[in-house]
Amino acid sequence: MSIGGDSIYREIILDHYQNPRNRGTLDPNDYTYEDNNPLCGDEVRIDVRVKDDTIDEIAFSGQGCAISQASASILMEIVDGKTLDEVKAIDKEELLDELGVDLSPARLKCALLSLKVLKAALYGIDHANEELDEV
Amino acid sequence: MGITQMPPDTQMTALDGNVVKADFPILTQPPKGGKKPLVFLDSAASSQKPQVVIDALSHYYTQLNANIHRGVYDLSEAATDAYEGARRKIAQFLNAKSPREIIMVRNTTEAINLVARSWGGASLEEGDLIVFTEMEHHSNLVPWHILAAEKNLRQAHVHIDDEGRLDLDEYAEILKQEPKLAAFTHVSNSLGTVNPVRQMIADAHAVGAVAVVDAAQSSPHLPIDVQDLDADFLAISGHKMLGPMGSGALYGKKVLLDSMPPYMGGGSMIRKVFLDHTTWADVPAKFEAGTPAVGDTVGLGVAIDYLNELGMPRVWAHERDVVAYALEALREVPGIRIFGPKDVQARSGVVSFALGDLHPHDVAQVLNEQNVAVRAGHHCTQPLMRALGVTATTRASFYIYNTPEDVDRLVEALHEANRVFTGAPSPATAVARKGEPCRKEWDARQFDG
Repeated sequence: MSIGGDSIYREIILDHYQNPRNRGTLDPNDYTYEDNNPLCGDEVRIDVRVKDDTIDEIAFSGQGCAISQASASILMEIVDGKTLDEVKAIDKEELLDELGVDLSPARLKCALLSLKVLKAALYGIDHANEELDEV
Repeated sequence: MGITQMPPDTQMTALDGNVVKADFPILTQPPKGGKKPLVFLDSAASSQKPQVVIDALSHYYTQLNANIHRGVYDLSEAATDAYEGARRKIAQFLNAKSPREIIMVRNTTEAINLVARSWGGASLEEGDLIVFTEMEHHSNLVPWHILAAEKNLRQAHVHIDDEGRLDLDEYAEILKQEPKLAAFTHVSNSLGTVNPVRQMIADAHAVGAVAVVDAAQSSPHLPIDVQDLDADFLAISGHKMLGPMGSGALYGKKVLLDSMPPYMGGGSMIRKVFLDHTTWADVPAKFEAGTPAVGDTVGLGVAIDYLNELGMPRVWAHERDVVAYALEALREVPGIRIFGPKDVQARSGVVSFALGDLHPHDVAQVLNEQNVAVRAGHHCTQPLMRALGVTATTRASFYIYNTPEDVDRLVEALHEANRVFTGAPSPATAVARKGEPCRKEWDARQFDG
């Protein structure tokens, strides 16, 4: 079934929602962080293992709406194998471009939860908030 | 409870939702962006406003506006008359003995906070027991939590059964411990359950407890008689019953209100102010510090006129017709699980449901694409969601302007949601397949309506 042009549920989102990449937890890990989005009750946790300043392994877990979970899965593909400096440079536009849909301000919080969690895991919550809060 | 108070009226003609809808400009404006006409199913959060209420606000600000009380010029007297006239209408609508028993507040939340701070602050002492229920809106939980923490009060909670009705045996057991306060909602905003509040109040009184009723979800929908209920306090929100946002009222028995200290200090609530102390005005002024929402309150008075013209028994009958139709029609949607009482007579025009394993926000989003407006989330009832075993529900709520055609559009949009997400395992199943524990998110199948 193809989805109407108005729908935010494009195939890429449904694909990642229904077949999430790197879903699970890493124990032990070098970095981990978990946060939630009070609107939808979305929860995302991200665990990271780093080798030579590069993301060696990464996994996400949690529950929530299709946007939050698909976005986390897409983020896994974006950052896997990247250096920490490269990850630091990723901004919200890059993730939103991958999602490729226009989201209402409320749903932007769902879409950006995983990026916030990743940045908080690697660089601290203050850094993550500063970078992502004005959505 | 409210349902049984309705006068038998065999001549009662049914209300036509389409005729009512014509009075609401927001529901009849042309849809934007090539969408279908709006189907508004979120009146439990806030109702739409009929043209007469919108006009009343405009009329107030073009013809009457001035600060009330103590003005000796014509405008101020006209504004005062309009404001106090609205108070009388609210008193009559709730069948209070006197308009002095009606305190104007912004909403139900403020009303309950007023009771908790003022009555609770003065009357409750360390170790006292207070009881409230698992299905309360946060506005009838958090004020009591704050007070309980400050005063070291003990709490007891009435839980729900598997159809989302209060466990009245548990309530009876708790009352044996002689609580000082019993606070409960008349109608659940999440489940639509209509609670037997008249009996619950009588039972509370039998052990000397003061009864606080959250009527935010009942006052828009069914006839309320505070004298018949014998409620000590009863709180309503104007914006849920066709009135402007920022209007609302607390009913309190005068003997209680007279005994209570002020809630907020400031202008209007004083008798005399000295440099080092103040004496209080009589009720209701004692509880209305500062300039109130005069225009909004006048608008609420007009909303009440409108509801009275329709007739509250007809309003309630219409909603039961629509919700009965909805419960039947929704059953045809594959994967739907409806929460709350199975008996349509025991519920209001609120229908909460889950659709398969889909997150309620995803369901609501697809519905929005079909221009069907519903609410998705915890509905400010997180303890209730926990009891249902979900983090959120999708909620359709019906009011006077909803029709069976609106229900059909809802059902059609839910089929569309199923089509969009059809055919693949949900993330929860994907996790389970990898041998990891599956988070308990959708274990509410026993509530299948």
